[in-house]
Amino acid sequence: MNTITPPEKLRPDDYASDQEVRWCPGCGDYAILKATQKTLADLGAKTEQTVFVSGIGCSSRFPYYMNAYGFHTIHGRAPSFATGIKLANPDLDVWVVTGDGDGLSIGGNHLMHTLRRNVDVQILLFNNEIYGLTKGQYSPTSQTGTRSPSTPGGSIESPVSAAAFAFGAGGRFVARSVDTMQKHLVEVLKRAHAHRGASFVEIFQNCIVYNDEVFAGFTAKSVASEAQIHVAHGEPLVFGKEKNRGLRLKPGTVELEAVTIGEDGISEDDLLVHDETNLGLAHMLAAMQPPNFPVALGVLYCAPEPSFEARMAAQVDASEPAMTASDLNALLRRGYTWTVEG
Amino acid sequence: MSTSAANIELDTDMHSARKPREKLEAVVVRFAGDSGDGIQLTGGRFAEATALAGNDLATFPDFPAEIRAPVGTTYGVSAFQINFGARAIKTSGDAPDVLIALNPAALKVELENLATGGLLIIDTGAFTERNLRKAGFDQNPLEDGSLDAYRRIDIDISQSTLEAAKSKGLSQKEALRCKNMWALGLVYWMYGRDRQATVDWLTRKFAKSPLLAEANIAALNAGHAFGETAEMPDDISGYVVEPAEIAPGTYRTVSGSESMALGLVVGANLAGLKLVFGSYPITPASSVLHSLAAIQRTGIVTMQAEDEIAAVCAAIGASFGGAIGVTSSSGPGVALKTEAIGLAIAAELPLVVLNTQRAGPSTGMPTKTEQSDLYQAVFGRNADSPLAVLAARSPSDCFEVAIEAIRIATKFMTPVIVLSDGYIANATQPWQLPDVEEIDPFPVTFRTDPEEFQPFLRDPETLARCWAVPGTPGLEHRIGGIEKDYDTGHISYAPANHQKMTDVRAAKIAGIADDIPLQDVEDGEEDGTLAVVGWGSTYGAISGAVQQVRAMGHNVAHIHIRHIWPLPTNLAELLRSYDRVLVPEMNTGQLATVLRSQFLLDVDPLNKVSGQPFRIGEIRAAILARLGDAT
Repeated sequence: MNTITPPEKLRPDDYASDQEVRWCPGCGDYAILKATQKTLADLGAKTEQTVFVSGIGCSSRFPYYMNAYGFHTIHGRAPSFATGIKLANPDLDVWVVTGDGDGLSIGGNHLMHTLRRNVDVQILLFNNEIYGLTKGQYSPTSQTGTRSPSTPGGSIESPVSAAAFAFGAGGRFVARSVDTMQKHLVEVLKRAHAHRGASFVEIFQNCIVYNDEVFAGFTAKSVASEAQIHVAHGEPLVFGKEKNRGLRLKPGTVELEAVTIGEDGISEDDLLVHDETNLGLAHMLAAMQPPNFPVALGVLYCAPEPSFEARMAAQVDASEPAMTASDLNALLRRGYTWTVEG
Repeated sequence: MSTSAANIELDTDMHSARKPREKLEAVVVRFAGDSGDGIQLTGGRFAEATALAGNDLATFPDFPAEIRAPVGTTYGVSAFQINFGARAIKTSGDAPDVLIALNPAALKVELENLATGGLLIIDTGAFTERNLRKAGFDQNPLEDGSLDAYRRIDIDISQSTLEAAKSKGLSQKEALRCKNMWALGLVYWMYGRDRQATVDWLTRKFAKSPLLAEANIAALNAGHAFGETAEMPDDISGYVVEPAEIAPGTYRTVSGSESMALGLVVGANLAGLKLVFGSYPITPASSVLHSLAAIQRTGIVTMQAEDEIAAVCAAIGASFGGAIGVTSSSGPGVALKTEAIGLAIAAELPLVVLNTQRAGPSTGMPTKTEQSDLYQAVFGRNADSPLAVLAARSPSDCFEVAIEAIRIATKFMTPVIVLSDGYIANATQPWQLPDVEEIDPFPVTFRTDPEEFQPFLRDPETLARCWAVPGTPGLEHRIGGIEKDYDTGHISYAPANHQKMTDVRAAKIAGIADDIPLQDVEDGEEDGTLAVVGWGSTYGAISGAVQQVRAMGHNVAHIHIRHIWPLPTNLAELLRSYDRVLVPEMNTGQLATVLRSQFLLDVDPLNKVSGQPFRIGEIRAAILARLGDAT
């Protein structure tokens, strides 16, 4: 009698490499590493088909700690390397790990074009609003006024919004989560993985050394339920401990308003329902900031289009075999030729 | 070769009343006009007809950087030079024997190149007061005696074209655009060229607007008929340039960019790898991207990246993924790729970087040629970061060099920089087509065995690390730009290890010297009075000059280096066997510096950085001057 052995259930540890993790104790990156390993275990991902590509920065050490193929590249360029890997072998499952400096400062150009091209990779941007590896300078996502070794009088620049950048670049999948929200993060990463095309996930990550608690205003346990809204496609946009708060369009305008159910005659029917294919709504959700609004987390936008690789494959006949010597000879002789007789 | 030779006979017979056709060994013709006059296209057709007539030839397109410079200005002048002959032709020629000037600006810019006593064919119809003023002539050069040193054919080509083309129902403006074909027709008559290939080409090109095809063909025929019937000045007859002795085989004309693209395709195929080509548009390198993009097949992927850096990074990513990654640019773009090339050196991944050099520094003169990126290729990176450098000498040579680059890159797991230049990329020459079946393949073997695997396991002979590609079970590994431990491949900051890794990277590249051919002598003996040592596109000019000087009885040799880094193992000894070494370069002495520093050899540089290729005469004069010194 044949016994079918069920495949052994994979555990997060199966995706950990033998390398000792060397982030600062208490760094948010540990939690993201754990969530990613759990995601891959839940998906039953094949380690040999999985590739992590990173640039430079604290987050970019990530590939060393994954039991998968990994390429730790140069500052800001990970999306371009990832694109090349997909062009060489579109069957690989490629993850890009980057940070706010790596992805939005030195590498902003590549991030923009990789999103626009819709290369089928998952891009995880660890946003801690600071340069960690170079010891604490302000980053392109730092709030105006951030004091750092390079801005002793406070940063005088406006920060870039990672999500708004991704929308502007034509990203078709934009999501957000928080390092410490393990369950939420795993679900978001699974959605990103399922999406064909470039998926962009901004992960708010705490730098315990240089920018500790910069997100505490919406991530601290005491405020989280009031300061966060977890969006879900087809569900009303409600938040709050009592689930009695929500978002609606302010009457007569195209701007959002945070309201309380039961006050001013507002009922749940007045609230907006999340539609992740609606780019306009996604923009408004991404722009929300405390104290007047909660921070939107989850899949803000998901509207698939054919990926770069799929469109490229459509231009060539995949069934065509590799060129033989005689094909090559014919290629060389294409066009006008003449023969000199001996 | 024949049909065209027969035509020549026929032609001569038909007009036996006239002076018979004069026989010439070789001729240099230069077409010049406004960039809107279709000069490059005209030259291309003439090159094809000339190849079909059995002459050997070399061409040099010399066009402005401006896409459409204001009409009639000197900076909008576009020129195309062709040297063809009954003997082997290796350069596009020194001074033109014939200059076709389709407007005053072309005359203004190009006249200084014309040989004294050379033939000027001028479109008088374009010599209007307005055009003369735009070209910066105070007086009409056709009337002030300033052209007395030349022979002239003054024709109102514009008017003759209008008459020929307008009958086809075109507007005046459209009809006038056929004047390049009229001029071409006349030149075809002069050299007894067969028009059929051009007629066929025009018919294909204007398949969607047959009226334009007809008008252009009418202009071509009218120009030809003018030559046959018109009263030419007494000293001007038609000419015969007999077919050259050319090795039997199948030929096509090819530009350096086309042959480079074909070499990459064949090279990747010989390695058994997918070709992934990432590039960003830049003059004069873009045509390699265009040539490859036109060959859309399974196994050939081209990508126009968002910038030079993304282009090289995608290529390196592709090599990590198991393809052969190639990127292509010109000097300024290669500068941007430098950091990524360093990663490919550290991660020991194969990569081919094409540099179609142009005149610099900075933007310099993008459409003008130079060889000034040799230092950049050999030394131009942070840290001790050796790689291999090759140089192509001619348009057709790009094919072989591209294949060699992929062979070295994959065998030694290293980036290889290939130096070409604007002259090679754009120039065309007849190419005897190789049979791919006769080229030795060099299939890549990926690592598949997980037993005792680590990513930096080396082949004891080549020192190349193993190539384990994603998708292979059991070989999951992480690499990057951080220094690796020699034995485990893990990150290491150990002092002795860095020394060891730096040494092994250097030894690996140095070892390539044992895998490449010994340096040969192109022309002349293996010792003697003077060796002329070149690299890249100076090949033709050096070759012509050495030939001429040898014919005068001097013991001079020509050595041309393909493998710039590492240099061939016998080169030092070879160069020491000559009394003097002359190194002509289109830079201020870069190969000369390398030879001096590597061999402690007192080489004598000959430098030219005018954006124009060397002339044979310039190198000949330099050789003779050295020989004079020596005696």
